Amino acid sequence: MNIHEYQAKQIFAKYGVPTPKGKIAHKVEEAVENAKELGGPIWVVKAQIHAGGRGLGGGVKLAKSLDEVRELADEILGMTLVTHQTGPEGKLVQKVYIEDGADIQDELYLSVVLDRAAEMPIIMASTEGGMDIETVAEKTPEKIIKVQVDPSVGFQGFHGRELVFGLGITDKVQQKNMIDFAKKLYTLYMENDAEMIEINPLIRTGEGEFIALDGKMGFDDSALGRHPDIEAMRDLSEEDLDEREASKYGLSYIALDGEIGCMVNGAGLAMGTMDTINYMGGTPANFLDVGGSANAETVAKGFEIILKNPNVKAIFVNIFGGIVRCDRIANGILEATKLVDVHVPVIVRLDGTNAPEAAEILKNANIKNVVPATDLADGAAKAVTAAKGEL
Amino acid sequence: MSILVNKDTKVIVQGFTGKEGSFHAEQCLDYGTNIVGGVTPNKGGQEHLGKPVFNTVKEAVNTTGATVSMIFVPPAFVADAVMEAADAGIELAVIITEGAPVRDMMYAKQYATKHNMKTIGPNCPGIITAQECKIGIMPGMIFKKGNVGLISKSGTLTYEGANQVVKEGYGITTAVGIGGDPIIGLSYKQILPMFEEDPETEAIVMIGEIGGDLEIQAAKLIKEQITKPVVAFIAGQTAPKGKRMGHAGAIISGSAGTAAEKMAALEASGVKVVVSPAEIGKAVAEVLAKK
Repeated sequence: MNIHEYQAKQIFAKYGVPTPKGKIAHKVEEAVENAKELGGPIWVVKAQIHAGGRGLGGGVKLAKSLDEVRELADEILGMTLVTHQTGPEGKLVQKVYIEDGADIQDELYLSVVLDRAAEMPIIMASTEGGMDIETVAEKTPEKIIKVQVDPSVGFQGFHGRELVFGLGITDKVQQKNMIDFAKKLYTLYMENDAEMIEINPLIRTGEGEFIALDGKMGFDDSALGRHPDIEAMRDLSEEDLDEREASKYGLSYIALDGEIGCMVNGAGLAMGTMDTINYMGGTPANFLDVGGSANAETVAKGFEIILKNPNVKAIFVNIFGGIVRCDRIANGILEATKLVDVHVPVIVRLDGTNAPEAAEILKNANIKNVVPATDLADGAAKAVTAAKGEL
Repeated sequence: MSILVNKDTKVIVQGFTGKEGSFHAEQCLDYGTNIVGGVTPNKGGQEHLGKPVFNTVKEAVNTTGATVSMIFVPPAFVADAVMEAADAGIELAVIITEGAPVRDMMYAKQYATKHNMKTIGPNCPGIITAQECKIGIMPGMIFKKGNVGLISKSGTLTYEGANQVVKEGYGITTAVGIGGDPIIGLSYKQILPMFEEDPETEAIVMIGEIGGDLEIQAAKLIKEQITKPVVAFIAGQTAPKGKRMGHAGAIISGSAGTAAEKMAALEASGVKVVVSPAEIGKAVAEVLAKK
């Protein structure tokens, strides 16, 4: 789960990580009130969406008077912001964060993520703040300092020293401030089961203080149960409606832009099915993992969600029953066709536990549009043909 | 022969009397797995599925001599269960549970390593030595005995791969589902050399997916140490960037961890890489025919 910048900064503040003063607003007048309270004389008006690159897209602007705050809030609230992370459709801005302007001397970068190979958190820092860090990693990898922190001992002095000397910080007070900053960030990463924290830029002020000018945080979904305060930060308007609806039924759904709807058990086989469709000259319309407890209701829901997409010309149901029994899926398909108007060809491949019984059920039911397939290759080939209207 | 487990392996089940634990323990017993007991706190002294229940893993190990534990406890208790198994001297813990927090696994894996306990999973189908020992949730009837070893991040692709191998007239020595979470136990790097050592395994099927770099590490190792033919499939060639595909592992960040990158690395190591999982069986038949 991801949260907004202003929410990340609330967590930062709780741990004593310095951030500029700021207040969130949903309406233009509220934005102006916030600006008055903050005092000025310079404010930054920042669009709050779950995507990076907001500045370049025109979603972050500087205001030098209350009138300018009003103008900019009016402009940004309600705009559809397109950045390199939103996709071409962009995202509707429903909240703006009004923040005190900061005295920026230079811009740094700091993040904490899981280093999967080392199986521990890693802190990454760079003097190249304000830039796209992936570009920095690609062009000047030597400018990224990486420090692994073993969670069994936590953040030690040497971790801090490696960071500050790597960043070329020579002033002793600044060294202490930066070490303190990084240590707090590591602590809040661990204590909140974060998946990643990224601050870009982290600024150094004219007085030599370090401040988190931006903040991105993502959390381990599996750990949200023990963090009700973070779960409460969930912004439903940032989540795809269909994906959310699907997850209520234990389905994992992601829309794509092809023509063949897919319903598969298991994430790996679901991706493998998409790959096979692609290999045979078709295009997958979605990723859909029905999970291990598929029944008539979930299968029907799956059909309903897949068919909402007007581009879908055929559906490929590919189930390898392990614990999921194929006869149950077959009955689910029968039920589903009664509940949902399935107006495109449905290619059904059921293999594994109770597959012969399932084949018998489908054969006897003899439903219009349902075409059986013998294996993965046969099913994918039939789906591709059906999507072309040639089956 | 086989790797890691066989018909003599003594297995206990942690979370033995729960709904999932009971259902799958029974299936494993039916398959012939030598389950010698289980652990559920406060149910010690009872009998379940005809096997003794213990309050602690230590008690279970001391009484039964079990060396492997199959873990079915709820996600929030996985780390505790893994550490208890390690502390009691279990040699291999097979963690089936899905949804264990990453931070917990970070600590649990460290603790297991310190106690020389191997782990498989979490969030995996488990391990099966065909027609001898099934420790996990895979449909046993697909796995016929043969000479192909199988390692996979994905559960259903494990079944798909094994099924095709069997349909081609071959069979499986041992199949290991390693899981696709950010932190997992045994991986390609440890299991490939085991198959290389195993006299009965003549070919290896390796199934990976996008995200992380375990397959890239495997490619390096195959080049240096593996002489047996390897067939590989990487799921997620058509996955959009930055999208999550169910497994936490299946995230592409930037260029690292793409299917294309992994496939190229494996091919460069002499692995027969197939572009669709539907080709796994045929590819295995081809490499075995060449031998």
